[in-house]
Amino acid sequence: MIAERTNEDWLQDLQGEHAEQAIADLREILLRGLRAALASRIRRDLEFVVEDFVQDALLKILANLHTFRGESKFTTWAHKIAVHVAYTELRRRRWHDISLQEMIDSFEGNDFTPAILTDTDVTPEDKTTRRTLLAFVQRMIDEELTERQRTAMNLVVLKGIPMEEVARRMDTNRNALYKLIYDARQRLKRSMIENGIAPDEVLSEFED
Amino acid sequence: MLDLTKLKKIIRSIVATRDDEIGCADCFRELDRFVELVLDGKNADEALPLVRHHLDLCGDCREEYEVLIEAIRATV
Repeated sequence: MIAERTNEDWLQDLQGEHAEQAIADLREILLRGLRAALASRIRRDLEFVVEDFVQDALLKILANLHTFRGESKFTTWAHKIAVHVAYTELRRRRWHDISLQEMIDSFEGNDFTPAILTDTDVTPEDKTTRRTLLAFVQRMIDEELTERQRTAMNLVVLKGIPMEEVARRMDTNRNALYKLIYDARQRLKRSMIENGIAPDEVLSEFED
Repeated sequence: MLDLTKLKKIIRSIVATRDDEIGCADCFRELDRFVELVLDGKNADEALPLVRHHLDLCGDCREEYEVLIEAIRATV
């Protein structure tokens, strides 16, 4: 049975004379949470893997107690760190032997699929509009974005590769990569509007 | 080269772009608060709209958010 603790109790116990018991209790809570959340996502050695994650998370939590702002329950904050630790590692394992170039080269098989041209539901006028728009967006991407922005957009937005893994290979971090892509999206949006094209109208036309 | 599917993805991401977006670090800082609002049945999207918007756009953060909800549900 784990003792009920307030946020203040947790902070005090984890750093005081009851630290050993408090760490054991927190460990148990995090294990229970991660085990349940990852059961459907990890096929082999769940218990072993989860224990590893929780051990790493505990170290991180104890080293960062001073950053807890008390805006949620302490255990919610701790779970947040445990999930982040677990997913950083899971993504790293999943992608570990794949290089940036292999990411860029991957899934390129259908790149030239002329979906617009073979779409039988659209009228010839629509086909022309779509073809023109495709060419326009392609030109914007080629001319307005930097090489790094293009690579990031391609891997994250188009291919859906985790940002953390793309960031690692581009020698940056997830936050900076998000900013890089954000700047690219802003630039494309501005360019469309300057050229008299409303992005939301275009989208609704294509989503029909 | 772009095809229709890719074009839609790009346009969707452009349409979703707003001036006041937050990054992954800010989202992570607020995530525990956001999750508790969700679990309490409160309107988290309204209380923390920039977190919701970031979660809609960022696959990594969204994935961690979903797992976090499950982890906490399993322990209460």
